[in-house]
Amino acid sequence: MTVTMLTNALLVSTAGATEPPVVEPAAADGALSLLWLVIALPALGAAVLLLAGRRSDSWGHLLGTATVAGSFLVSLVSFIALLGRDEGDRSVGQHLWTWFEVGLDGRVFSADLALLYDPLSALFLLLITGVGALIHVYSIGYMALDPRRRRFFGYLNLFIAAMLVLVLSDGYLGLFLGWEGVGLASYLLIGFFQHKPSAAAAAKKAFVVNRVGDVGMVLALALIIATFGTVSFAGISAASSQVGEGTLTAIGFLLLLAACGKSAQVPLQSWLLDAMEGPTPVSALIHAATMVTAGVYLVVRSNFIFENAEIAQTGVVVVGTVTLLWGAVIGCAKDDIKKVLAGSTMSQIGYMMLAAGLGVAGYAYAIFHLLTHGFFKANMFLGAGSVMHGMNDEVDMRRYGALRAAMPITFATFALGYLAIIGFPGFSGFWSKDRIIETALAENWVVGVAALIGAGVTAFYMTRLMLMTFFGEKRWADEVHPHESPKVMTTPLIVLAALSVVGGVLILGNWLKDWLTPVVGKAEPHDLPVPVIVITIAITLVVAVGVALAWFLVGRREVPRTAPTDVSFVTRAARADLYGDAVNEGLFMRPGQRLTRGLGTFDHSVVDGTVRGTAGTFMASSSLFRRMQNGYVRSYALSLLAGALLVMVALLVVTIA
Amino acid sequence: MNGAWLTVLMAVPLVGAAVLAALPRRVAPVVAKQVALGVSLVTLVLAAVIGFAYDPGAGYQFSVELDWIPAFGAHFALGLDGIGLALVLMTVILTPVVILASWNDGDQGRWSVHSFFAWMLALEGLAIGVFAATDVFLFYVLFEATLIPIYFLIGGFGGPQRAAAAMKFLIYSLVGGLVMLAAVIGLYVVSADSEFGSTYLLAELQQVPIDEGVGRWLFLGFFIAFAIKAPMFPVHTWLPDAAAQGTSGTSVLLVSILDKIGTFGMIRFCLTLFPEASQWATPVIVVLALISIVYGALLAIGQDSIPRLIAYTSISHFGFIVLGIFVMNSYGATGATLYMFNHGLSTAALFLVTGYLIRRRGSASISDFGGVEKVAPVMAGILLFAGLSSLSLPGLSPFVSEFLVLVGAWQYAPWVAIVAVSGIVLAALYILLMYQRTMTGPTRPEVLGMRDLGVREVVALAPVLLLILGLGLYPKPLLSVIDPAVEDTLVYVDGVSPDSPDEAVTGTETDEEGDQ
Amino acid sequence: MDVTPFIALSAILFTIGCVGVLTRRNAIVVFMSVELQLNATNLALVTFARMHGNLDGQVAAFFVMVVAAAEVVVGLAIIMTIFRTRRSASVDDASLLKY
Repeated sequence: MTVTMLTNALLVSTAGATEPPVVEPAAADGALSLLWLVIALPALGAAVLLLAGRRSDSWGHLLGTATVAGSFLVSLVSFIALLGRDEGDRSVGQHLWTWFEVGLDGRVFSADLALLYDPLSALFLLLITGVGALIHVYSIGYMALDPRRRRFFGYLNLFIAAMLVLVLSDGYLGLFLGWEGVGLASYLLIGFFQHKPSAAAAAKKAFVVNRVGDVGMVLALALIIATFGTVSFAGISAASSQVGEGTLTAIGFLLLLAACGKSAQVPLQSWLLDAMEGPTPVSALIHAATMVTAGVYLVVRSNFIFENAEIAQTGVVVVGTVTLLWGAVIGCAKDDIKKVLAGSTMSQIGYMMLAAGLGVAGYAYAIFHLLTHGFFKANMFLGAGSVMHGMNDEVDMRRYGALRAAMPITFATFALGYLAIIGFPGFSGFWSKDRIIETALAENWVVGVAALIGAGVTAFYMTRLMLMTFFGEKRWADEVHPHESPKVMTTPLIVLAALSVVGGVLILGNWLKDWLTPVVGKAEPHDLPVPVIVITIAITLVVAVGVALAWFLVGRREVPRTAPTDVSFVTRAARADLYGDAVNEGLFMRPGQRLTRGLGTFDHSVVDGTVRGTAGTFMASSSLFRRMQNGYVRSYALSLLAGALLVMVALLVVTIA
Repeated sequence: MNGAWLTVLMAVPLVGAAVLAALPRRVAPVVAKQVALGVSLVTLVLAAVIGFAYDPGAGYQFSVELDWIPAFGAHFALGLDGIGLALVLMTVILTPVVILASWNDGDQGRWSVHSFFAWMLALEGLAIGVFAATDVFLFYVLFEATLIPIYFLIGGFGGPQRAAAAMKFLIYSLVGGLVMLAAVIGLYVVSADSEFGSTYLLAELQQVPIDEGVGRWLFLGFFIAFAIKAPMFPVHTWLPDAAAQGTSGTSVLLVSILDKIGTFGMIRFCLTLFPEASQWATPVIVVLALISIVYGALLAIGQDSIPRLIAYTSISHFGFIVLGIFVMNSYGATGATLYMFNHGLSTAALFLVTGYLIRRRGSASISDFGGVEKVAPVMAGILLFAGLSSLSLPGLSPFVSEFLVLVGAWQYAPWVAIVAVSGIVLAALYILLMYQRTMTGPTRPEVLGMRDLGVREVVALAPVLLLILGLGLYPKPLLSVIDPAVEDTLVYVDGVSPDSPDEAVTGTETDEEGDQ
Repeated sequence: MDVTPFIALSAILFTIGCVGVLTRRNAIVVFMSVELQLNATNLALVTFARMHGNLDGQVAAFFVMVVAAAEVVVGLAIIMTIFRTRRSASVDDASLLKY
């Protein structure tokens, strides 16, 4: 009974929403006809760097950075060209080639590799190539001492190319190509330090968990093909209103499963924390700014499906809400600086998911938060990398403290990112998170309150991180000599910090909302139960409480150098990632291991045993019957006689009868 | 183009094999190797010419039909359609690759190096004949004849238990072959009463009306033989043993080429000769295929021996192929045929690169490796590439085929696709676990001195890797050959069941096409 | 002509031969018993030829005699060889050809 009530309470009402817009791309011309170059450049870079071998060691990192920078330039030119077009004409397609075709005559299914450049993908292009280029620059310094730096850049380029395929594809199959491509790049980069067993295991875990999500993607594709006969966004958006809600709901949930895998949402969240085994630039680029947000992109891109599948939309909201709290709680208890940030990433993506699940009202805010988060989280990850760089790769915050003097630029940029994420008024995160909480409150108060609490928790764990890292007493060992990072690393930090501060301008005059309207539809103004200013003040108050709490619990006390063990149940649970891995192990891994072992025995003793048993039976009977061949002529003669008699008797019987 | 082409194509490797076998033993082994490579390359060129001259959508081509044993209507009849062409191409591509990759693998065999390569060429010629045969009796004879070279290849040039493995393989296959022989004789009896008189020509047999009950028995006779060959659960246990004992080259010939005869036979003979019986058996076969997919994958996860692991992955992949064939729609069947080709490539790459690895270490056990990437990065890269193709990463060729099979399965029944799709998760596990345990982690002292791949070894693999990538992004050349032939095949099964899932689906699809 | 006595004699001779083959160990005696059986058969053949009034049976009897002669040549040679190598003519001693 309560469950039903809760479901009803959670059901997001989208009644009265306008029909989702139909995608109708025009042919690419002018500057936009060079669109394929965006993907081709980093793809070429990856191919050269990975195939050329050691002879490219000396210039590999430069080539890798140059290709991405080139991509960024093309993206920028394309974006300007798109700005110059009429609002109704901002969807541009470019057909590359037909991937595969099945069927004859009138019933052909054709999967095309084609690009779709519209307001949504334009934003992603800028984010991916822009932040990507900055992180490439940063990596030149960060990986300078690694003998395999050239390969690192090859993988990074591969990732950029795949990510661009993901957001530029004009259909689900092409998207899936990029989807798996980024998964592969993520696998390679998480496991970049292959000699560490933990890195190799984390890489494998990320790939396998993502594969579980892919199950949803593949099945969704099968259902889409069975229903629509095409996989292109244009074809599906045109036909989606004629398809039954049940089918769309099924597709929606399958896509949600895929999104959960890629975006580390509950229940497929467990891989992200382990993924921090990768080099820090990777965490910044892949596991914060771009790849993990692909799930949000998928939901927003599939608005024509979710708009007509209310239950699936509710599913998205539930997943988002649970994850935003889940990640935040984990973030509170971790001592590893990267893991705090990873938990925070999960939580922030939860916000985006939540917004995307709210439908037309939320899509634009989901993308908005995605962009600002891309800036400030990349900034903070790179900042964390800079800290580690100066601290002999130490990640435990209990061994930090008072670093603000030793690394002033890192501290300053990190602080700006920190203010952005907690939503300090005026910073980018303030605008984007605020809008999501507002919309959530307007649509459904349960979700809205959860999002509000999340904001407070975010403020708590981020303040804790700041305090433990940059303030307080110095807790590092004597042989560690913290120092500021070289310019090649701090420059990207400064750029990203600036973006974290001013990212909010995107929403000035509702620009972003109008910009995305051709893709996601026009949102009707929602009625808030209370005036906006009240909500804004409430959010700011909650954030202030979070900051104050952190100050009282962490800032005013001595931070022990080893984690205390006499902690409450909640802390223990959060340290263990809320037992996500324990559940996976108990439910899947160990029974799975038992199953494979059991089946191995079964195969050997039952299936093959039957075969060997049959062979054995023949062998045994042969050794039995050959005893009759005893070598005594007289016994042969006797059996001859017996045989003759037998034949005679048989003949007699037959004759008489 | 006349029919002599196919006969020549088949004869060249067989003559090459005879020449190699006749070479005096005092001729240096390297000459034998070069002759073998040369012959296989000539065959490749011939097949390429045939491939370019082939006209997709025009049915059987390069046909030849000579009376062979008139007393029971057997002919020497060859002909290629798209399905056959794809598999012939796979055979002629893989044979030179295997010869080059196994350059030194025949040196310590029980028999001479000459015979090692002679048997390989013989196998190539016979396999081409099998894929091109359009006479059931000829097919049967060649089908059984392929056992001879592979028996000697496993039994003469492999691991310590090779004799037992070869014997197990031979007896397994012979049992299947004999069951099939009974069905072949049955076909003769059935056809003798028909308007064609006694005949074994495929084109004529397809028109012979076969009684329902009889048809089902004959179908079973063929299917059991093909299921053993393929191999499917529960008649698969010969494959891991054979793969573990044979050299890596032998395993490629066995799994990539020879086993395809099973699935090829299903689509060529089971579906077109016994459409009604195929429909009748579909539910059971689909379930068996699903079991193969999951069972093979789960067992692969638990293996410690690398070749056995690859053998079990193949059982899983063959499950996909059989599933695609028996869901009987154009997605499934086209995907399955494409899968045969792609699986040939990816498994060949996997067997060969792990073969290099195993030869260097002298052990096939995963737990004897660790951290090899550090000392042999090229080998690690190729192993990962081959592994990724085996787990059907989009962009590499097996993805397209596996995806099509899954789409076909969904249209047959969603639950089938849902069960089958678990295969992609398990595939990620078995491949990446193997990679993790052999290539990553701290480098074990035993592998510290391991050489990375040499030029010959890379050159041998390069064509396969390039094809995997090329066909992954642009499989159209192959699909345009396969697809019309598959559609022609499906006409037979469509005819007997008007409400097959394929029809229902393509119905909506046509509507959609109309809307756009 | 009454064939019964001839057939009866043939049967008795055959039975004697049979028992001889089964019970005696000496190879020579066994061999003689086999000859006895052959001759019993010959007698039956000739008798039936006479009864039917044609030569078929007699021709068959000739064949048997020729074959028997050839057999004696080969068989005695084998027995001789066995005797030379094993110093025994007992058939039970020559039992190496077995499973």
